[in-house]
Amino acid sequence: MPLLDTQNLTVSLTQDGIETPLVRDVSFSVERGETLAIVGESGSGKSVSSLAIMGLLAKALQIQSGRILFEGRDLRTLDDEALRQMRGRDMSMVFQEPMTSLNPVRSIGSQIIESIEENLGFSRSDARARAIDLLKEVGVADAERRLKQYPHHFSGGMRQRVMIAIALAAEPKLIIADEPTTALDVTIQAQILDLMARICKDHGTALILITHNLGIVARYAQRVNVMYGGRIVESGDARAIYNAPRHPYSEGLLRSVPRLDQDRSIPLKPIQGSPADPFTSISGCRFHPRCPYATHICKQEVPPFTAGVACHFPLTADALESAS
Amino acid sequence: MLGYILRRLVGAVLVMLAVATLVFFMIRLVPGDPIAAMLADAGSQEAREAMTRRLGLDQPVIVQFFYWFGNMLQGDLGASIYGSNQPVMKILMEALPKTLSLALISFLIAITIAIPAGIIAATRKNSAADVGVSLFAFLGLSMPDFWLAIILIIVFAANLQWLPAIGYAPLADGFWPWLSHLILPGIAIGTGFSAIIARMIRSSMLEVMQADYMRTAASKGLTQRVVLMRHAFPNALIPVITVIGIAFALLISGAVVVENVFSIKGLGRVLIQGIQNRDYPVVQGAVLLISAFFVLTNLVVDLLYAVIDPRIRYS
Repeated sequence: MPLLDTQNLTVSLTQDGIETPLVRDVSFSVERGETLAIVGESGSGKSVSSLAIMGLLAKALQIQSGRILFEGRDLRTLDDEALRQMRGRDMSMVFQEPMTSLNPVRSIGSQIIESIEENLGFSRSDARARAIDLLKEVGVADAERRLKQYPHHFSGGMRQRVMIAIALAAEPKLIIADEPTTALDVTIQAQILDLMARICKDHGTALILITHNLGIVARYAQRVNVMYGGRIVESGDARAIYNAPRHPYSEGLLRSVPRLDQDRSIPLKPIQGSPADPFTSISGCRFHPRCPYATHICKQEVPPFTAGVACHFPLTADALESAS
Repeated sequence: MLGYILRRLVGAVLVMLAVATLVFFMIRLVPGDPIAAMLADAGSQEAREAMTRRLGLDQPVIVQFFYWFGNMLQGDLGASIYGSNQPVMKILMEALPKTLSLALISFLIAITIAIPAGIIAATRKNSAADVGVSLFAFLGLSMPDFWLAIILIIVFAANLQWLPAIGYAPLADGFWPWLSHLILPGIAIGTGFSAIIARMIRSSMLEVMQADYMRTAASKGLTQRVVLMRHAFPNALIPVITVIGIAFALLISGAVVVENVFSIKGLGRVLIQGIQNRDYPVVQGAVLLISAFFVLTNLVVDLLYAVIDPRIRYS
């Protein structure tokens, strides 16, 4: 049994009585200790699906259909209290914005300690000791003193380390990291991702790494889901997709970021057009208006998801070779 | 920190000296004079002149000013030129505890209503409770405090006879006599302020509840109650403190009218009578005291910021 099994998840935004699906029929699973990457542009539905798993969707967002099984239990059948108890204890989250994700008027220590007290039932002094250990583990030097400090005393990278310590506080089985490095300096990004990878390995924690950079995925994740317009368009082994993407969108994502293992003379190629707007209906494949390979069938029929890709004309390794 | 407080206190003294100067000249711009107020048409020309001389009002205004200003700097606010000629300091010190008591009770009533009302309205946005709070705030702001005071007297003092209608009992007479005289005027003044503060808390809470750190707090598995009271409310309080501070100082001006309705001889009443009688020294002294109250409240509010928000440090 996988740790997390999401089946046909559909999440809609209800606004002025109109329902707009943001996540459409998404299915994926995460094994214990595994790292799964979810890759896509802004608005592809990757954050919304992770918030749905955490039970933290805003009021206007609702799960329309599908199941989210965590260790076999369907989270949609649980009440608010049971869901609350799972948060922190079974799964936790590292958010995108370390600058605003910590409460500015409470000390770093109190924000870590409250999670330990709530989820592990530790006494104040035990929780404090554990908070110091956690800070040391995530690489915050002089942990004892820094415990008393406030978020504004910390740099962005350091705050993200604190967020990781909070996420780790109750030894959850799953951590969801929603673009944890997007707001950080490039030099810090690798440090934070290496830290997360090491910690998840040491603790046997499963990780869902949400990112828009398909380039970093191969290094940190075993498997990857590429999302576009609320759907998974390609799914499979991270390295395989990195080396030979089959969906034109995955290819576009890879060509738009520099690669160290490639000739620098190959120019970066942006994906034409703008991301699919969930409020406009697009017939057929939602990527077709931007797809260089689109034909008339792509405008008419939604491509079925078969053999790890949702495309009428999946790329082959040869096609990729000749295109570059 | 200590240096900051000292600098602020020096600033406060300068503000008060400016206020004193302004008030001295402004009260003299009010038509009429003390002699006319006291003697009306009764006194002869000689009596008027004698009184004018006795009160020093025959001197040029600028001479009067420096005379008064010099005495004030030595702590002598002069004596009332009306009736028993009591020293102004004595009049003010008798009135001050009454007004402070009234301000304190009004303030407590205001925040006791406003804090839960604001939090409930924010957490159950657009619910019946929220609409109820909005309605209460609308009514509370619309009702003039003197009108509410009269209604309260009619209902709770005259008809139900639960509470005294007028007067004041010092704390030395016991807690309940003191409190019972302050409940009705406290409600009359406090209702309007609770409406303002409740609305502030509501909008401030709504804003804070959108913050990223609220989502972080929820992701830790904290209960809704802990998330709200530990992470939302203290942060929401930061802008509200300013309003509460101003409101607290404004309670004094609310007291001016309400004290009259309830016949409490507090600062408000002293001030109004002083103005009616053109009792220059009393008006000057009372305004000086009220401005001191404003300035000190502002200082306390600024210091409170640093207590609530660790990002603010004074040096």
